[in-house]
Amino acid sequence: MAKTKPGWDGYSLKRRREMPEGLWMACPSCQNMLYRKTVEENLHVCPECDHHFRIDGKERLRQLVDEGSFEEQVAEMTSTDPLAFVAGETCYADRIEAYKNKGCHEAMRVGKAFIRGRGVMLAVMDFAFLGGSMGMVVGEKFCLAVDRAIEEVLPLVVVSASGGARMHEGVVSLGQMAKTSAALARFDDAGGLFISVLTDPTTGGVTASFAMLGDVILAEPRALIGFAGPRTIYETIKIELPEGFQRSEFLLEHGFVDMIVHRRDLRSEIGRLIDYCGK
Amino acid sequence: MTTQIENTTSGLQYLPFEGRIAELDARIAELREEMAQGHDHGGEIRRLQQMLAEELGRLYAHLTPWQVVQVARHPQRPLFRDYLNLMVKNGRELHGDRCFGDDPAIVTALGQIGRDKVLVVGQEKGRDVKEKIAVNFGCPNPEGYRKALAKMKLAEKFGLPIVTFIDTPGAYPGIGAEERGQAQAIAMNLREMPRLRVPIICIVIGEGGSGGALGIGVGDRLAILQYAYYSVISPEGCAGILWRDGSQADKAAESLRLTAPELKALGLVDAVIPESLGGAHRNVHDTIYNVEQYITRTLRDLKRTRIENLLENRFRRLRAIGGAEQRVLPARYAKPRLPDRVSAEAQLRRAASEPAPDVPAVSPFGPDDPAAET
Ligand SMILES: [Zn+2]
Repeated sequence: MAKTKPGWDGYSLKRRREMPEGLWMACPSCQNMLYRKTVEENLHVCPECDHHFRIDGKERLRQLVDEGSFEEQVAEMTSTDPLAFVAGETCYADRIEAYKNKGCHEAMRVGKAFIRGRGVMLAVMDFAFLGGSMGMVVGEKFCLAVDRAIEEVLPLVVVSASGGARMHEGVVSLGQMAKTSAALARFDDAGGLFISVLTDPTTGGVTASFAMLGDVILAEPRALIGFAGPRTIYETIKIELPEGFQRSEFLLEHGFVDMIVHRRDLRSEIGRLIDYCGK
Repeated sequence: MTTQIENTTSGLQYLPFEGRIAELDARIAELREEMAQGHDHGGEIRRLQQMLAEELGRLYAHLTPWQVVQVARHPQRPLFRDYLNLMVKNGRELHGDRCFGDDPAIVTALGQIGRDKVLVVGQEKGRDVKEKIAVNFGCPNPEGYRKALAKMKLAEKFGLPIVTFIDTPGAYPGIGAEERGQAQAIAMNLREMPRLRVPIICIVIGEGGSGGALGIGVGDRLAILQYAYYSVISPEGCAGILWRDGSQADKAAESLRLTAPELKALGLVDAVIPESLGGAHRNVHDTIYNVEQYITRTLRDLKRTRIENLLENRFRRLRAIGGAEQRVLPARYAKPRLPDRVSAEAQLRRAASEPAPDVPAVSPFGPDDPAAET
């Protein structure tokens, strides 16, 4: 792919003009220099090698739902910081406050939406918020979404991206694993369809609870999905991890996801599954 | 059940902060030895034992969270096998997950506690090196969780209450564990345990290591031994994330609020079961007796409740964690607090009355935040 700037006519003694910040980006997978706008227009997927870049909750919603159909619930719910967590320089309350000032409220957004004309209860996680970690707000929002899905007989679609349970809320966040799973037991009893979409990365307490409990589990290509993080595993066993370990394809091979879906096909696949299984 | 077992002479081990205790124990043992040879030290021994009791009382009343973690990991602390041998009568161990194998890190057995026939499920850490290796240091693999679930379904079928004993540093982080779906195995237990139609009591007897503990830790009651701990992440792991330095685990242990009294204050555990003076390892029988009392008393209550109500209460208890009524702890240090510490309930009400604003984007290419790991 061409890496020269347009209008470049050879050697110059003048100091090279700095490239506007972030106009170009390197693909971590194929190392090509990519024009950021092209990538964005391509659903944040590398046009050269199909590497799926991480996207935040807002972009995920934009890509996934029928335009303007997302009707968010309890958007501003924030943690009450039950442990009053302070450790060294880290003050959890301050960090939440900083995110809030940036306009980012929590690691999960939930609401009713339409995907290809099918009504769903949707939850999308935001890895940009404290590593997409699950604390009391994520757990509570998730359960509210399940409640409403039961009430209105809607399929539940959850797009995960998370490092696991949120350390700063201690056992309260650990409890969210049990709480969300228990809510899914009720959803299951009610005969609801739960489509779990795993994206890069989905690890720890989120994988070990609702993310792995989908009636149908989809994964984006080459997403990191696992229980323990690769670093933890490496530090425990001290042997090199095999190529492709804990990637979507690895999980498919070992029988833990139903299918790997390219980002551009996500809407249509979800729509089709709802037509088969939803009511 | 008050037999004084194993004292200093039989090689009690001491934690770094127990220097004074070790001295007193040694002195008492010395005098006893001399007594056996005909010297009369009765009065002196009584005086020293009095001092020892006071010293233990004082020390154990003010253990730091990190010291609690060390007591919970004490090499002589009663393990699940001890409970199985000393508390469960006519135990019949059941093996295998009917799928891949038999994980010795989780033991399942039919047996009797008091007069109740129950299924016990426990995590076993092993006593000596050989045992520890055999049970993978108490770190279960997926087949352990699947075995637990299979046997719990058996118990449900035949109306046997379930008692689980939690003692694990965490679920095993290994290649095989990932290949066989560690996360999926734990998740299944978390979904199925809330709807098992028999009473379930869960007791943290030592280490409550995160998701690995929770995987057999969902039920009608959660109790914890006085000096056991339960945490979302090991103090070492937390310190590694916060300071890139696992040796600051003592500070992390304080921040994580992992001790029994703190968990009780947060409303996350129902009961704190007292240990013998100076920790469970100083008097295994007394401690196990306390646990047995708790189980029989609690089972009596739970068996009286109609199963529909039991399941409804179990669900409500789970929903309450981190819900509108979640209790919060006062700050340990004087640090400026979150300006508006609005209760989740008030937020819910406010959110219900206001239309949701559109939230601006944050960079999707921001730095990874290793905020959490389970
Ligand atoms: Zn690429």
